[in-house]
This record gives sequence, C-alpha cells and structure tokens, in this order.
Amino acid sequence: MGKDGIRWKPYESPGFFDELIKGKGRIRYGARPLCRYLSRLSTDEVGRRKAAADLAIHTMGITFRVYSDKTGSIDREWPFDIIPRIIPRSEWERIREGLTQRVRALNLFINDLYHGQKIVKDKVFPETVLQESKNFRKICMGVNPPLGVWAHICGSDLVRDSDGTMYVLEDNLRVPSGVSYMLENRQIMKRVFPEMFEAYDIDPVDDYALQLQQCLASLSPRNVRNPEIVVLTPGIYNSAYFEHSYLAQQMGAELVEGADLFVGSDDVVYMRTVEGPKRVDVIYRRIDDLFLDPEAFHPDSMLGVCGLVRSWKKGKVALANAPGAGVADDKVVYAYVPEVIRYYLGEDPLIPNVPTYLCFDRKQREHVIQNLDKLVVKPANESGGYGMLIGPHATQKERNHFARLIRRDPRNYIAQPLLGISTTPTLVGDRAEPRHVDLRPFILSGKEMFVTQGGLTRVALRKGSTVVNSSQGGGSKDTWIVGRKGL
Amino acid sequence: MLSREAERIYWMGRYLERAEDMSRLVNVNALLLLDLPGGVSVGWKPLVSITASEPLFSDRYGEATERNVIRFLVSDQGNPGSILSALSQARENARTIRDIIPREAWEEVNNIYLHAKEDMHSGLSKRGRNVYLTSIIRRSQLITGLLAGTMTHNYAYDFLKLGRNLERADMTSRIVDIRSQNLLNEPEESLRPFENIQWMSVLKSLSGYQMYRQHVRGPVRGADVIHFLFKHEQFPRSIYHCVSEVAGCLRRLPRNEDPMKTLNRLRRAVRNTNPEDLPAEGLTRYIDKIQRVFNRFHQDIQATYFSITS
Repeated sequence: MGKDGIRWKPYESPGFFDELIKGKGRIRYGARPLCRYLSRLSTDEVGRRKAAADLAIHTMGITFRVYSDKTGSIDREWPFDIIPRIIPRSEWERIREGLTQRVRALNLFINDLYHGQKIVKDKVFPETVLQESKNFRKICMGVNPPLGVWAHICGSDLVRDSDGTMYVLEDNLRVPSGVSYMLENRQIMKRVFPEMFEAYDIDPVDDYALQLQQCLASLSPRNVRNPEIVVLTPGIYNSAYFEHSYLAQQMGAELVEGADLFVGSDDVVYMRTVEGPKRVDVIYRRIDDLFLDPEAFHPDSMLGVCGLVRSWKKGKVALANAPGAGVADDKVVYAYVPEVIRYYLGEDPLIPNVPTYLCFDRKQREHVIQNLDKLVVKPANESGGYGMLIGPHATQKERNHFARLIRRDPRNYIAQPLLGISTTPTLVGDRAEPRHVDLRPFILSGKEMFVTQGGLTRVALRKGSTVVNSSQGGGSKDTWIVGRKGL
Repeated sequence: MLSREAERIYWMGRYLERAEDMSRLVNVNALLLLDLPGGVSVGWKPLVSITASEPLFSDRYGEATERNVIRFLVSDQGNPGSILSALSQARENARTIRDIIPREAWEEVNNIYLHAKEDMHSGLSKRGRNVYLTSIIRRSQLITGLLAGTMTHNYAYDFLKLGRNLERADMTSRIVDIRSQNLLNEPEESLRPFENIQWMSVLKSLSGYQMYRQHVRGPVRGADVIHFLFKHEQFPRSIYHCVSEVAGCLRRLPRNEDPMKTLNRLRRAVRNTNPEDLPAEGLTRYIDKIQRVFNRFHQDIQATYFSITS
C-alpha cells in the first residue's frame, strides 16, 4: 500500500446512492477533478492534508463545548472530514427554489394559525392536530410580527434516498444550529486544498453573517440606520455557545445573556451597558420559547427576560425566530407540508416529503402497526434522534413495545419507510470509505429570502451508522456547490 | 460594553492581584522568620490579621501555627481570601469573558489555577514553598503583560486595571497597617535590634525594596518606608500611584461623576496627609479611613456600571 493516494476502483457503496462515486471507480460528473486530484496525492500527502486540517481546527478554536465539573468546560474539537461533498450547481438551483417555496409557505401557515386559521376552516389541516401541538403558543394569537414572518432562520434537513431523490426530512424552525460549522469548514478547506479552489468554480458561503445581519436588521421596529441587534445565548455552558459567540462576532452584534437585558416601564427592551441602558431593536434568540420570558412561560426560567414577550407583542422589539414558530416544526405537522404549500401558494412542492404515516388516523395507524418491521417510528416532538424505533433493525419485543406506545398516544407518533440515506467518500485511515450523510441548508426570511449555497453536511463517522449528530459520533464536511468550470 | 462583562473583568483583575499579593506576603514572611532568632519571632498571626479573617481562621484552625496559617492562606478553599480561592474566582470570571480577553490570556488564567491546584502539596511544604509562590507571582505578571501587550486598551481594559489597582492599594494599606502596629507600638525589647530587617521585609512583601533603595539612601527607617509606600508617585505599588492609575482609568469611562467624587476624596486624603508623621494610633485611624473610602469607591463603581436597573 503506502505510496498511492486514494484509489477509487475498490470503492463501493452497495445499495446506496453515493454522492461522488457511481460505482466501479466511475466518478460522478461534478466530482471528477477532486477525485482525480486525491488519487494523485501520495498517502503521506493525504496524511499531511489531514494534519493541516486538524491544526487549523485547533488554532481557529473550532469547538463544541461540554461542561464537566472536574475540569471545567471541555471544548471538544469539531470532527471534520477533508473530502468535501459536491453538488452540481444545476441541481442545487432546484433545491434552493424548493427550500424557498417551502419556507415561504411555512411562514404563511404559521401566520394563519395565529390569526384566522383559514386552513383549519377549509379542512385542509385538522383542528385536532393543532390543538394537540406542543409548540402551539396561545399567547401568540393575533400577534403581527414585522413583515408577517415568524420563522426567520430555518434549518431544513435534506437526505437523499437510494434512487437519488432528495427529500426534506424535517424543518427546524425553533433555534436551528450548525451554521458556524458550515462557515468554518470552508475556512479550513481553503487552507488545506487551496489548489482545488482554483481548479473549480465553487460558490462562496462567507456572506452568511452579512445576510443574517441584513435579515435581522430588516425586522427592526425603529426605522434607524443601524438598529441594535443582539444575540441572546443561554450562556457559556450551552453546547452551541461557540456558534452564538461566533455569529455575534461576525455580525458585530453584542452577545448577551438574559440578565443583560431588562424591559423598561415603556415596554422597551434595554441592555445594561457601562454607558447606561441601551435600547435593543432585534433579538436573535438562541433560547427555546419556554425559557424566553418567565412572565409569559416557565416562571422559574433563569435564562430569560421578564416582559420580553409583552414587549414583542407590542411591537417594541423583534424576536427571531418569533415565539410560537415551532408549531410548524412537529413531525405530524410535517406530513401536511405538501398540502400547506399547495394551499397557500397554489404550487406543487419542488422537494418531496418523505412519505409519512400519521398514527392518529385509524387506517394509517393499523397499517403502521402491521408493518412495523419495515418502518421507522418517530415521536412527534423529539429531536436529536431520541425515542425512535428503526423497525427493520429492531427486535420483536421492541416492536411490540412501540405498538403499545402508539396505541396509547397515537398523536405523538409518525412512521416513515426506512430510507437508504446516501453515502459519500470519507477518509478512514488512508483510504476512502462510504459514510452516510445528510445536509442542512439554512434559509433566511426577512425583507428578502436567502438560502445558503449548500449548507452543513453532517456525516455519520461510524461505519454503517446513519446518526449524524455530533453528540453521537457525527462529524461534518465542507459542501461544494460547483459550476461547470473545470469539469 | 455590557455591564456584566465589565463586572467580570474587574473582578478577574482584583482576584489575580489578590493571589499575587498574597503569594508575595506569605513568601516574604517565611523568609523573614528564617532571619529572626527563635523565641523573638513575630510569627504568622499578623498575616491572618492582614487579610482581616481572624474569626474564620480560629473557627477552622484555632492556633496560629506556621502550618495552619500557610494552609489557610495558600490552599484552603474554605477561605475566600486564600490564593487558591482567588485564582479559582479569577478563572471563573475569565471563563465567562473569553470573547473579550485574548485567547492566550484566558489560557494563562486557566493554567495558573491548574498549576496552583496541582502543585499544592509543594506549596505547603517548607522546601517547595518558595518555588511555588514565586511561580504564582511570575504567572500573574505574565498575564498582566499579555493583557497589556495584546488586548485593545478599551473600556474592558480600563475595568481590569481599575480592579487591579484598587486591590493593590488596598493590600498595601493593610500590610502597612498591621506591620506598623507591631513596629511602632513600643516594639518588644527583644525585637528592637531586628526592626531594620522587619521594615525591609515590609518593603519586600510589596516588591519594593530595590526601588526604595534607589529612592532613599541611608538606613531603612520606618517613617521613610511608610512615606514611600503611601506617597511615592512612581512606585507602582504605592497607594498614591495606584489611586492615580484608577483615576486615569475612570477618566476614560462614561458617566463617571459619582465614582469620581469619591475618588477625589481619596486622592485628597492621600495627598494632604503625611502618614509617617502620625502617631501609631493616628496612623491606624487614618488607614481605616482610607479603607472606608476604598469600599465606598467600589460601591460607586458597582452602582454606576454593574448593577444597572430599570
């Protein structure tokens, strides 16, 4: 072995769609320059590039934080793979349009749910689903957030099935995270493979912070030139603190904790500064709804700001995302998104949903229970891959257990066919092996809409695993949207 | 700048200074005791008095033996004034303002605490003590230098220096207070021949001996030492100098009227009094007075910048 670089001939990902390799060493169109380049590097050189990436991560201080009492906070370095995932721009354009369409419809949907609920009256969306939604906030009824937008920052997870179709797996409308890693991954790759950026026509991603800043500024209740924008973080012990601090820095915004803010008798939000109280116009909050304001939600929340929701309802401050936006971020509601798109926009969805069975419907429930060995069952309101049943890999005992759970609380469960999530070559030792990936693009909605070029590709580093969460052995890759130049 | 950040960097400055000052104090006392004949020694009790923690000490230890006092001042996390407690507090404050201070500075603050903790047993041993305490002083100086050389000299830096100089002035006044009580109040007959080296040790506990020698030729006299430590304009640990530094920082800060009034009172008190001319009792009263103003000043800073309410 030793001397040659990465060899593509033996690379196989049987039964799955691979993002770069068609099989038998045949390389997909967009990936040719990269794969040829990697096969020309010696094994030592590949090792050096990997070491360069690790060093960049170390010196750039890219971490996610885990707190331990004994040693204080541990910053774990971000697991990163140096082989990028590549998507041709022509394909991406269509995905981008599909995402824009989806988020536009979702915002109209949320706004409708908090006003006339036309979609319910027209019997497109069942009232019972709404009534039992954990993320529906009664307190938001009748509120008119700026521009009628509720979900300003959305992170939608995309996966590709074995036939090559991209599906939306879920929409994160509460406090989606990961965008800072998308940005840092690109910085690392520019250091590690500068020559590839010359050879290819790769869309830049660096303008995200600027776009976010403009999006947030467009929500300002005061018509001032430079509205005061702050990033509200739960604090240094939060696992996404690095991202909060990174985005604040990149936007030139103040990074604040709940205790830094107060609501004055004029219902305006102020931050405590050494120059005295300073008015805040827009809060990019990275705290969940229920901890946002002890006056409106959990009375014992230490993270929030008393009176914040009152100020928001009066239009004195903008909150991004708006409280209650998570109502559309629910796996049962998810099943209705194609209908939601048709209802509000009169268009067919450009990106399909994964077919979803709703257990609260008697017929669908029986189908699910009969076919538990073929389906994936998910609770409606969990994230991070908790509380799931992967039918084909489960034991009969586990399946029986889930059948009981579903019958007891049908509203809380949905089922989907097991997708053969796509793979992409990932460096394992000095070879490339297939590993499963998903993709999280970020969609901004303010005065204008913006979609990141690509997004964060998360990769399950363990062989055969499809769990991409960083807390469970996941890592990430740079994502290249490439044009025709150099191909 | 957020009030919370200002408060945390201010306390980081104070705690680091406290740890450094305490290290010097313990080290110098240990060295002094080696020079004094057995039986005539001033012992370790004055160190507990300097930190104004006699009740806590007697609760926890009882007798002021060398071993007890050193443990209390160096490693006892039940004593909020111990070196280890101060470093732990400095680190907790630094941790929350990592976006404000340069990365290397945070790493050094983290290191000084870890070092102090891991090497504690050598800090408590007679032979390891000197190396241990000296290294804490050096590391603290390293942080001071790092911050001076790499951090933007903005409001945050002013709050840091404000905390550091206030703590330093306070410590200088405490050391003079306690030491002079021993030395000025009709010193015990047996100790009189050693008055000189005791005043030298006062200077050394403030790293001031060499600088004092450049300034005052001739013998080390109590009155000259007191004058030097209170009123020398350029010596960085004299009260006059610390207070001037505080004034410089405060002048750059916004909304400084209230703390400035208190600070001016302090500056007048330092400028218009010659503490070396006071009788022993008067000196104590005078020091009590300026300590009360230090406190008042801290409260003004707190009220003006840290606890802004609706």
